[in-house]
Amino acid sequence: MAALNGPTPAVRAGTLLEAWVLPAFGIVTFLMLWAGCTAAGLAPARLLPGPGAAAAEFIDLTHTPYSGAVLQVHLLASLMKFSLGYGLAVLTGVPLGLMMGRYRIVEWAIAPLYESIRFIPPIAWVPFSILWLGTGFLAPTLVIFSGAFSPCVLNAYRGVHTADRAVLEAAQTLGAGRWATMTEVLLPAALPDIVAGLRVAAGFAWQSLIGAELIVGSTGLGYLIIQGESNLSSTVVVAGMITIGLTGAAIDFAMLRAERFVRRNWGQ
Amino acid sequence: MIGAAPILLLIIAWFAATGPLGLIAPLKFPSPAIALASLETIAGPGYASAPLAEHIETSLSLVLAGFAAATLTGIPLGLLLGTSRYANACINPIFQLLRPIAPIAWIPLTILWFGLGGGAKIFVVWLAAFAPAVINTQTAVRGVNRTVIEAAKVHGARRVNLFFDVTIPAALPGIFTGMRLSLQACWMVLVAAELVGAYTGLGHVMIIATEDLDSGMIFVAMLCVAMLGVAMSLLLARLEAWVLPWRR
Repeated sequence: MAALNGPTPAVRAGTLLEAWVLPAFGIVTFLMLWAGCTAAGLAPARLLPGPGAAAAEFIDLTHTPYSGAVLQVHLLASLMKFSLGYGLAVLTGVPLGLMMGRYRIVEWAIAPLYESIRFIPPIAWVPFSILWLGTGFLAPTLVIFSGAFSPCVLNAYRGVHTADRAVLEAAQTLGAGRWATMTEVLLPAALPDIVAGLRVAAGFAWQSLIGAELIVGSTGLGYLIIQGESNLSSTVVVAGMITIGLTGAAIDFAMLRAERFVRRNWGQ
Repeated sequence: MIGAAPILLLIIAWFAATGPLGLIAPLKFPSPAIALASLETIAGPGYASAPLAEHIETSLSLVLAGFAAATLTGIPLGLLLGTSRYANACINPIFQLLRPIAPIAWIPLTILWFGLGGGAKIFVVWLAAFAPAVINTQTAVRGVNRTVIEAAKVHGARRVNLFFDVTIPAALPGIFTGMRLSLQACWMVLVAAELVGAYTGLGHVMIIATEDLDSGMIFVAMLCVAMLGVAMSLLLARLEAWVLPWRR
């Protein structure tokens, strides 16, 4: 992203070439290769639709229901699961990380358990989430939660350690209680790390959501593309993938803005 | 390093809650006895059309193949993007265009392309591991200390020497970071792909066990995935320590 969103460099020889000509050349070459291969029949339409066919399907999906709903409704279903799972992970993971960073006893009790489940890929929770929560709306939510939880905990924990000991002790000397120390000293100090963790967590959560929807459920973008695959409809699959990519990029962009905002106001 | 007491407590709680206290139904989570019985079943006669060793072999070889392919293609591309500004300006936008599409979202398309066999899995595993390998290699090459490069040039290093004797050794720690992230992505995507559809493999065991409502078997398969992930991470860490002795 840095290459695209970075500050515009001062005008100098080669800037135009590097900033616009070569990137445009790259993208146009890519699209032409895609269009060319599909038009020339090197990639049959049942395997890979051309850009035009994918775009037409994309527009078609917005007003013709596919596997039960139009594209917007699938997107909304995915976003609702995402918000629920991600929200839960943030609301539990960040306080837990802060507590682990602040209190030795919590760290001693939680760290080994955390370390032992960390290596289980979030997607591997799909079977148990089906046993525990059924095949409805909640099963993917648990998977999203397990994807987002780990970065939330880890970054809040790290963030506490970046807090200045002197400031912490000064606050305590001036009579700040446990709650005030936590909310007014440690939380602001840890905020840049926490927000960086939230961005990573959002990426994992989105990816876990799609994975979970491929396997369980009857709504959402993941469900849409796996249905497209079952019906051997490559256009639906690619249109769905583009929606997934655009939404993922939008989420990441929003988190990046939040991260920059926090860095400006609370960063060192 | 970390206390064993909380883990022991958890294991005792597991025994108690699933056994004598009966707090957790066997359908929701297996008792240790059920888990052990499942392990004996899958290790001996087999489950989901093959014994455990065969499932492990399938999953492990697919991860290794995809990971090796991603390392062998991703690191050279990362080196190219890191050293050549023009190549970077040309190729990076394509990369940024495709990257937001989660690797997992490629699974349906790869099933259309390759079917439910190993090919589709190697492709998605490669795809998932490719991006971390490229990005971290590129960042590492960009981050090589300019002073060191200038010093090497002053001392008459040719481009080839500069590349092999200065840039690559200096970038190796970053490259290994990328490989570590790649490895995690590999397991995540492989399990997802096997859950969606496969003939053998640990993800396949999990989905069959879910259909049979066999919580013990799910537990065994999850444990195998976690242990294989840990083992491969440890091996990679050993390799890193061996390749980069000066970092110890």
